[in-house]
Amino acid sequence: MSAIEQTRTQVEALGEKYKYGFVTDIEMERAPRGLSEETVAFISGKKGEPEWMLEWRLSAYRRWRQMQEPEWARVKYPKIDYENAYYYAAPKSSNDKPQSLEDVDPKLLETYNKLGIPLSEQKLLAGVAVDAVFDSVSVATTFKETLNKAGVIFCPISEAIREHPDLVRKYLGSVVPVTDNFFATLNSAVFSDGSFVYVPKGVRCPMELSTYFRINASETGQFERTLIIADEGSYVSYLEGCTAPKRDENQLHAAVVELVALEGAEIKYSTVQNWYPGDENGLGGIYNFVTKRGDCRGNDSKISWTQVETGSAITWKYPSCILRGDNSVGEFYSIAIANHFQQADTGTKMIHLGRNTRSRIISKGISAGKAQNTYRGLVAVHPRADRARNFTQCDSLLIGKECGAHTVPYIESRNRTARIEHEATTSKIAEEQLFYCTSRGIPPEEAVALIVNGFCREVLQQLPMEFAVEAQKLVGISLEGSVG
Amino acid sequence: MLDIKDLHVAVEGKEILKGLSLHVGEGEVHAIMGPNGSGKSTLSYVLAGRDGYDITSGSIIYKGEDLTAMPPEARAARGVFLALQYPVEIPGVTTVNFLKAALNAQRRARSESELDAMAVLRLVRDKARSLNISEDMLRRALNVGFSGGEKKRLEVLQMALFEPSLAILDETDSGLDIDALKLVAEGVNHLRAPSRSMLVITHYQRLLTYIVPDRVHVLARGRIVAEGGKELALELEAKGYGHIVKDAA
Ligand SMILES: Nc1ncnc2c1ncn2[C@@H]1O[C@H](COP(=O)(O)OP(=O)(O)OP(=O)(O)O)[C@@H](O)[C@H]1O
Ligand SMILES: [Mg+2]
Repeated sequence: MSAIEQTRTQVEALGEKYKYGFVTDIEMERAPRGLSEETVAFISGKKGEPEWMLEWRLSAYRRWRQMQEPEWARVKYPKIDYENAYYYAAPKSSNDKPQSLEDVDPKLLETYNKLGIPLSEQKLLAGVAVDAVFDSVSVATTFKETLNKAGVIFCPISEAIREHPDLVRKYLGSVVPVTDNFFATLNSAVFSDGSFVYVPKGVRCPMELSTYFRINASETGQFERTLIIADEGSYVSYLEGCTAPKRDENQLHAAVVELVALEGAEIKYSTVQNWYPGDENGLGGIYNFVTKRGDCRGNDSKISWTQVETGSAITWKYPSCILRGDNSVGEFYSIAIANHFQQADTGTKMIHLGRNTRSRIISKGISAGKAQNTYRGLVAVHPRADRARNFTQCDSLLIGKECGAHTVPYIESRNRTARIEHEATTSKIAEEQLFYCTSRGIPPEEAVALIVNGFCREVLQQLPMEFAVEAQKLVGISLEGSVG
Repeated sequence: MLDIKDLHVAVEGKEILKGLSLHVGEGEVHAIMGPNGSGKSTLSYVLAGRDGYDITSGSIIYKGEDLTAMPPEARAARGVFLALQYPVEIPGVTTVNFLKAALNAQRRARSESELDAMAVLRLVRDKARSLNISEDMLRRALNVGFSGGEKKRLEVLQMALFEPSLAILDETDSGLDIDALKLVAEGVNHLRAPSRSMLVITHYQRLLTYIVPDRVHVLARGRIVAEGGKELALELEAKGYGHIVKDAA
């Protein structure tokens, strides 16, 4: 068997190995099946939301009814039956929320342990506050005190709506408007929970904020909503990571993340996404239609997105930066791995509005099996954005013969002083690289992981240290079986 | 140590080795010389287990075991090492990381404990110094942007690190300047041991004045056509391959 064939066979053997395919049986409290004003009101009521929030949701719902599902991405999937899905599920115990970890349902903790989510001491020692989202309701928040002292608000968004209505009303939907796109509008109507972060003026958030998302209820779409506000001169680093249990049905996930950086503020947002990608025949897996956008609203602000996308059957995701403030900086570092029948259409938009704005895009796409991996990026420079600069580098790595890599860069420059650079490469893992490794004793699977991690190094380096280690392992796991 | 009998090897359906036999005893150093395209690298790949080199007949016995039944990584763990004629670049993988991954993979396969980064670095440092390989090189991506000579020295460093039982050096001397040649030869001589055998492929007698072989073989058209002591290399240097290859044909 040639090395390439072996590569393919091993890639195909991968599906069985999805490590996190298990289900916990915790009783769910569900919204009625299907989507209607009643469903929206049910969710809002469950959360004890004020009237204005319900109105906000309903306006989104009414808008959504008039919208069409977008079809421009290079992804194919059967039509989603929105009328036949559930839009809300919460663990039974959510009514009386656990006050500490000891109060948390042991089944939940067990699940977290299986996932290797170190909610317990290890993580505490590592100095990470965890706002873990199990299905739709946040069940544990730690390190509140340290954050309180610094004046940082880090809580479930449902809590923020009740406790910090002024901040939420001011910023929610200000980056991703209710009307933005089909999936974002849907999210606005039915979002269940998510994180809220506010970092006050001049504060450097004393720890990395970390949230683990996890989908568990069968047929329940997940609609996370995250809002992060960095006030003037502040800094925050936020980590998002997730896995999901194995399921046959496709599960819709349509999250919205909004970031607001005011003058001189910096937000670093890192994601490791490892949802169930479906089996080796393309059955099951998460549909991940995410709207993530950051607004560099103030001068000299900076937003940096780093993502490691290894999971989901379909990924539709373009974390973007609106570079509104003068001298603001946007960054996008991405690793997207697609294997078997996975389809990834991901990239970024850098919208240069302010003067001297700079953006940097580093995208590493890895395709194996029969997967399709598309980088789609827009760099737009508006007339006012004098001396805007962009550097884009898109590298694709192919493993096997049946996968595809596509690069779709859009460039719209309406200012003659702008400088835009774009570089793109496509390569294969060469047989001679694999042989070099194996002849030195490194088994083929490990060799692939090593080579791919090398290929992704620039992006992995952007991740916070302990996340980077996890991500490296994940790169290995998600390509397990990619060679003979 | 190594016993090759009547080996026939085809690449993409084309026969390259046509009945090659070779015996290398424990602790012996054998040189293989021969014209371009005669099959020297092919032999080295077959010994290391590279994909696509089909053994159509014959046998390779290494330490009493059938080598051909093992994948390359198993051969490495059992002490087979090939220094490549053209070492391969792996972008983004730092050299020291690669060395650690390789060493630990071999150790794991032998059920030995793995070494942490510090221990590996300690092992590597001394050996690197004697081969004039800088710490900076160890931190750079494997072979990426290394000069020809640097790549070859790194191959020898790996040999020193893995301490193989059978080392195959495929033209490790080509591309080396005079000083580097001496360093490399010293490195190789340092590793000569009663339990270690070597197969040194080279075009130049010069290397063999430093690494004095026990036997010299001439490989031409896929077969060993002549063999002798170290003086055979001198004779070849003076007369070329013409007469030997003709005699054999
Ligand atoms: N994939 C291949 N398909 C066809 N022929 C091949 C292939 N690979 C090698 N060969 C041929 O096999 C023969 C032996 O090649 P090999 O590299 O073993 O020679 P060598 O003795 O190492 O030569 P040199 O001294 O130049 O390094 C050459 O004629 C070469 O062209
Ligand atoms: Mg050769």
